[in-house]
Amino acid sequence: MLIAIVLVLIVAGSVAFHLYSPWWWTPIASNWDYIDNTLVITFWITGAVFAAVILFMAYCVGKYRHRPGHRAEFDPENKKLEWWLTGVTAVGVAAMLVPGLFVWHQFVTVPDEATELEVFGQQWSWAYRLPGEDGVLGTADAEWVDGENPLGINPHDRFGKDDIIVEGGEVYLPVDQPVKLLLRSIDVLHNFYVPEFRAKMDMVPGMVTYIWFTPTRTGAFEVLCAEYCGTAHPFMRGYVTVVEQEEYQEWLQEQLTFEEYAGNARASAPVQLAEN
Amino acid sequence: MVDRGSDEQMQLPPREVADVMPPHAHSWIGKYVFSQDAKYIAIQYSGTAVAIGLVALVMSWLMRLQLGFPGTFDFITPEAYYQFVTMHGMIMVIYLLTAIFLGGFGNYLIPLMVGARDMVFPFVNMLSYWIYLLAVLVLVASFFVPGGPTGAGWTLYPPQAILSGTPGGAQSGIILMLLSLILFIIGFTMGGLNYAVTVLQARTRGMTMMRLPLTVWGIFTATVMALLAFPALFVACVMMLFDRLLGTSFFMPTLVELGEKLSYGGGSPIAFQHLFWFFGHPEVYIVALPAFGIVSDLIAVHARKNVFGYRMMVWAIVIIGALSFIVWAHHMYVSGMHPWFGFFFATTTLIIAIPTAIKVYNWVLTLWKGDIHLTIPMLFALGFIVTFVNGGLTGLFLGNVVVDVPLSDTMFVVAHFHMVMGVAPIMVIFGAIYHWYPKMTGRMLNEAMGHIHFWVTFIGAYAVFFPMHYVGLVGVPRRYFEIGEPDFLTAPVDGLNAFISSAALIVGAVQVLFLFNIFWSLRHGRASGGNPWRATSLEWQTPETPPRHGNWEELPNVYRWAYDYSVPGAPEDYIAQNDPWVSNSEDTRL
Repeated sequence: MLIAIVLVLIVAGSVAFHLYSPWWWTPIASNWDYIDNTLVITFWITGAVFAAVILFMAYCVGKYRHRPGHRAEFDPENKKLEWWLTGVTAVGVAAMLVPGLFVWHQFVTVPDEATELEVFGQQWSWAYRLPGEDGVLGTADAEWVDGENPLGINPHDRFGKDDIIVEGGEVYLPVDQPVKLLLRSIDVLHNFYVPEFRAKMDMVPGMVTYIWFTPTRTGAFEVLCAEYCGTAHPFMRGYVTVVEQEEYQEWLQEQLTFEEYAGNARASAPVQLAEN
Repeated sequence: MVDRGSDEQMQLPPREVADVMPPHAHSWIGKYVFSQDAKYIAIQYSGTAVAIGLVALVMSWLMRLQLGFPGTFDFITPEAYYQFVTMHGMIMVIYLLTAIFLGGFGNYLIPLMVGARDMVFPFVNMLSYWIYLLAVLVLVASFFVPGGPTGAGWTLYPPQAILSGTPGGAQSGIILMLLSLILFIIGFTMGGLNYAVTVLQARTRGMTMMRLPLTVWGIFTATVMALLAFPALFVACVMMLFDRLLGTSFFMPTLVELGEKLSYGGGSPIAFQHLFWFFGHPEVYIVALPAFGIVSDLIAVHARKNVFGYRMMVWAIVIIGALSFIVWAHHMYVSGMHPWFGFFFATTTLIIAIPTAIKVYNWVLTLWKGDIHLTIPMLFALGFIVTFVNGGLTGLFLGNVVVDVPLSDTMFVVAHFHMVMGVAPIMVIFGAIYHWYPKMTGRMLNEAMGHIHFWVTFIGAYAVFFPMHYVGLVGVPRRYFEIGEPDFLTAPVDGLNAFISSAALIVGAVQVLFLFNIFWSLRHGRASGGNPWRATSLEWQTPETPPRHGNWEELPNVYRWAYDYSVPGAPEDYIAQNDPWVSNSEDTRL
């Protein structure tokens, strides 16, 4: 009998924890409130099923527990009931899947007006690259990485020369402007994850992956790596600062292009007197 | 209509294969070391699995100490932490759960339940265990090599798994891990062929497939799945070993590691993930299906009622097994694979929820109008339903591609899979041990200790993993040595983590009581007799308890399904499968 009571308490406790505990997702800062809505629908449906199944089980345990002289009913199968339950379950599953796929379609369809920002990951830091005045990111590959060219921009690609390089882990984004992040890694898997934006995606060496979103409020948001990338994985942090358009332009002016960056690196490198 | 047996079927088919008693071993070594008796091999498998499982348990404690009380324990470095994470996961999934369900319960129960004298290939069955033991020893050896065991995470994703930024990546840890997995798969294949062929070929007269207890159906289907899924892991391990040792680039593109360009080029890290999860998702059900089967039988026996919808239960097991081969990429929604795969894999994944839900309904409907004996096995079965329903429902979040995006790679995932394939199957293992221990030893496990064990484990495990979902919902990623206090936390998670860790330590500690009970009851347990639960299936009808080598004097004949409980008009509330009792009632259901 104790178990029946405990089962009821588990349902009550779980629901109370869900409703009253302070641990809930962080306020959103992107357009993906659709994702939050789908998540809430899923919470309601699954929560109702959980409560119904466990409470019914508690009822059965309480009512049909063994007492002297009591005998179980003999009932090998009940096709009608089984088909009913199958049907109801299918409807519930569809109620979660259909909105989910609908939102996924939006998630993978990048709007035409989105600007591009490359996120660059390596053990264990973040860097970024923006297209320069030509509006096009030059090609890049781990092949080209060296001291003057930490992001591996193709030195033979004219589109790359004016690309803007942002090191130090912090990047700015203009608010309300859709942005497509091109994700690139040169060593192991990483994952660009900003909890406030909801979107996340792995960065895979050898290929370029992407996500898109529209920042909807200003502020500084912490970037975490969400795909295990070695010993310092939890310490691979950065910041995305979302600002108004004017402030963004000011920040952009202060950044170096690839050409300027490489020039600075050459100038500060120790002078090599002879080939050895 | 279920194949319960009818008057016409009382005529048994003739024996197709001659009944041969397997040759008895005469030497001590042949009986107790290199035994070919499936029952003895089962105990060897289970003992080894539990022993290595204890190592994994200690690692979970160490992990929880770090997460609950960060900065308190200096010896838990990030390197050590990731080694604990990796070894805990790998041991639990492969070396404990897979080994104990198939090598342990499979070996013990299949021959007894189908009415066979032993597995069909006893020598190969013995080899299976010894190769498994070798795999475990290679795994253990990795703790003692320079650099220690691999810290690549149990998924062993390249490139990091074989690079120097990961513990054991540039040393021998990862090499031994891959070798151990390769050995495990070879050993498993030898056992698995035995389990499958024995079920198909060695059933006694009258034991049709549709009269098999669901335990056998679960283990049989899981075995067939494992035989199809493990080869994918096998080739992935071999290829990664080549990448690491021979400089091939199956999974390695052009890389710059800490400023230095490596000689790799042209490979694909995502290819490994596809191979891994083509094995990895069926693996979830390789662990779950035996648990489904066993728990169905525990509920039926202890509620004195036939399993509700037996045929639907069999088909659900088979359909789940088949579907589980086309859902693997739901582990890879944010892996960078083509995003359109998401539509397909989300759909298949949510469809698999339907047969799974049917199983849950049928377990609860078996309780309905039953005569529920709240024995320890029944309590664990109820605990299984709670944790499985909870963990299964959170799977609907993670399987629904877009809902997975914010939750993927957070502690929500860790909470989900622990609930559904950690706690739930382990509840079944405990229930099954309390249930079959009398058959294996002739004695009952102590009930008072059993009650303490159940209550602490059940409440404690729920207290560990239910709140953990919310740590992930807040946004804390998995595989974080420490989270600190980033701005996005709506409330600090320190207190919650300390609570979870405390609960985990208590749950772990009570397992010592369980182990003590197992040894104590060997000598001091109440004598059980041959069929203490008054169950119908054949293993309870053996002439001796524990059954001797060869199981039966004369092979039993089977006249009915395994679920004739509380049949109206029958002299007792169960009719054994080998009991030719016929009702003289007009009721066609009887």
